[in-house]
Amino acid sequence: MGAPAQRDPSTSSYYVGDAFYAALVRAFTDWDRDERAIADPARRDAVRAFLEREARLLDRGDYAAWLAMFAPECAYWVPGTPERGDPSREITVAFHDRRQLEDRVYRLGTGYAWSQAPASRTVRSVSNVELFATGDAGIVMVRSNFLIAELLDGELRHWAGWAGHRLETTGDGFSILAKQVNLIDCDRNLRNPSITL
Amino acid sequence: MTTQQKPILPERVFDFDSLVHEDRVHRSLYTDPAIFDLEMTRIFGAVWVYLAHESQVPQPNDFVRARLGRRPLIVVRDSNGVLRALYNRCTHRGATVCRRDRGSAKAFQCPYHGWTYLNTGKLSGVPWPEGYSCDFSRPEFNLMQVPRVESYRGLIFATLNADAPSLTDYLGPVRRPIDEWLDRHPGGALEVREANRLKFNGNWKLLYDNSADGYHVVFSHRSLLMMENRLQDGDGKGMSYYKDSPDSGPVKLYSFPNAHHFKDKRDAIPKRPGALWAIEGLHPGMEHYEAALRRDFPDRADAFLDLASSEPVNINVFPNLHILGNHIQVSEPLSVTETATTWYGTAVVDPDGELGAALGPVNALRMRTQEQFPTFGEVDDLANFEQIQAGLAAEEDAWIYMHRGLGLPERYSDGGDGTTIGPATDEVFMRDYMRVYRRLMQTEPAIAPTREI
Repeated sequence: MGAPAQRDPSTSSYYVGDAFYAALVRAFTDWDRDERAIADPARRDAVRAFLEREARLLDRGDYAAWLAMFAPECAYWVPGTPERGDPSREITVAFHDRRQLEDRVYRLGTGYAWSQAPASRTVRSVSNVELFATGDAGIVMVRSNFLIAELLDGELRHWAGWAGHRLETTGDGFSILAKQVNLIDCDRNLRNPSITL
Repeated sequence: MTTQQKPILPERVFDFDSLVHEDRVHRSLYTDPAIFDLEMTRIFGAVWVYLAHESQVPQPNDFVRARLGRRPLIVVRDSNGVLRALYNRCTHRGATVCRRDRGSAKAFQCPYHGWTYLNTGKLSGVPWPEGYSCDFSRPEFNLMQVPRVESYRGLIFATLNADAPSLTDYLGPVRRPIDEWLDRHPGGALEVREANRLKFNGNWKLLYDNSADGYHVVFSHRSLLMMENRLQDGDGKGMSYYKDSPDSGPVKLYSFPNAHHFKDKRDAIPKRPGALWAIEGLHPGMEHYEAALRRDFPDRADAFLDLASSEPVNINVFPNLHILGNHIQVSEPLSVTETATTWYGTAVVDPDGELGAALGPVNALRMRTQEQFPTFGEVDDLANFEQIQAGLAAEEDAWIYMHRGLGLPERYSDGGDGTTIGPATDEVFMRDYMRVYRRLMQTEPAIAPTREI
């Protein structure tokens, strides 16, 4: 296996393997249950502020700051079915590791990504933020609903769904270990799904 | 004086000889709803149309919904194991009888009045039959179905046309690349594992025009090529072989009879195990699984990694099937200006266990390699198709050109069996398919759906 320098998740993908997929699927199974809900308003406020900042950064196209919200070894997962499935066994709308998230951002910045040239304007609303405890005191699962208004090629349209964030507590806030975006129309034919969700 | 009643709307007659020329076609082929309506019978009603893959209906009673043109269908393996394409339309009043996308069912009951059909299409019962004077055992009350449904090595096609040739004759020489594509998998077997599902606001032919187009690659996919090579010293990843002088390179275009075509990029890849993997774009898990396979299967890892890599072919079967990379891409016309295109991902099945413990890693890689192009490449093509549709609003600027290579016979060679071989960026395949299109649009097919079981 590679030396530490080769393990930089921005340039290689050693961390995405069977164990990573299995842990990810497990982490997003059966987690949003009442008995795990965290009622503490201060914690919820902190998470809500974190998600609202994420929405603002994406609306502004500040992708460098957005990427910095993710842990080095992270996952961005848009399942292709409402059952969500196992991404190691089936096609997703999108499944990115750290490097491919950076690919996504790089591509949008080339100026030659015709699906986003000119770039869509978006306004995101985040609501129904709920926190759920995990077995690890430093990790919280967050469920929120989203509605994205997108102006694409002069036409206003909407994306809707809910997101699951797996957040790790850090010294000064949170870091996204994994973000799962559940579009309500994930298993329908999508027109130009090129904005970052 | 005539007593003949005039039709409510005058029937429009199109002169396809004046709309389809050798070097160009008229914009109305892409914009006129009446031409679109005619295509639903004269194209989609006349030829073999791809519906589904057998792995989507593996067991008796399994079904998946599909469309033949705009006709809503239930593709079902009936209780006896026979593949059928039933119209998803209750014989009674016309409601769809099946509203789930896929599943398993021995019978379909119309939710509106409860008419029930076996999965053979046979009407098995209606509520309160004493209120009818007719004989419901007569076939006229069964679900309508497509009379000819056949599988070519797992690919299910159907045609409404009683006069259509056999499926194998219709496919003709395009069977060779299909066979080679299938045979690179152990046992020649694969299965569908979900899909990247897309649509665009444009005519379905824009997608077929693009299907063997080597001319657009370095322009339409410029951001993808830049992205794939951003961490490389050179530019060897992805479809970089289209750069520089593609027409004098190893990529070849095969234009077959019946409007099928094939862009063969395999000769752009060195003939050694691992060469396909070497140009594969960077994707999640790439280094992890490669290291594991090289550790566990030192002699076979390169071959396994090639199996996870995108096969460099575009095999296009008129009018709606595109086999490219490891995808089975299916296009569906929704209206004259709207088209769905679904990129079904495929997994290696390995019926004889040739891969052993490598099967899981190969498929885990293969899911990610297949998402790359729809996510970062196709979206840009579809945006360009939408902008073609927008540009075609210009009525006076009526022609679309497809004359690249025309008048330059030295660019072509005869591949036998009615096949023309041309260079990578040529438009000969468009001219050939539009000739077939014109003939089809001038012919009323013998559409013969059946209700006989």
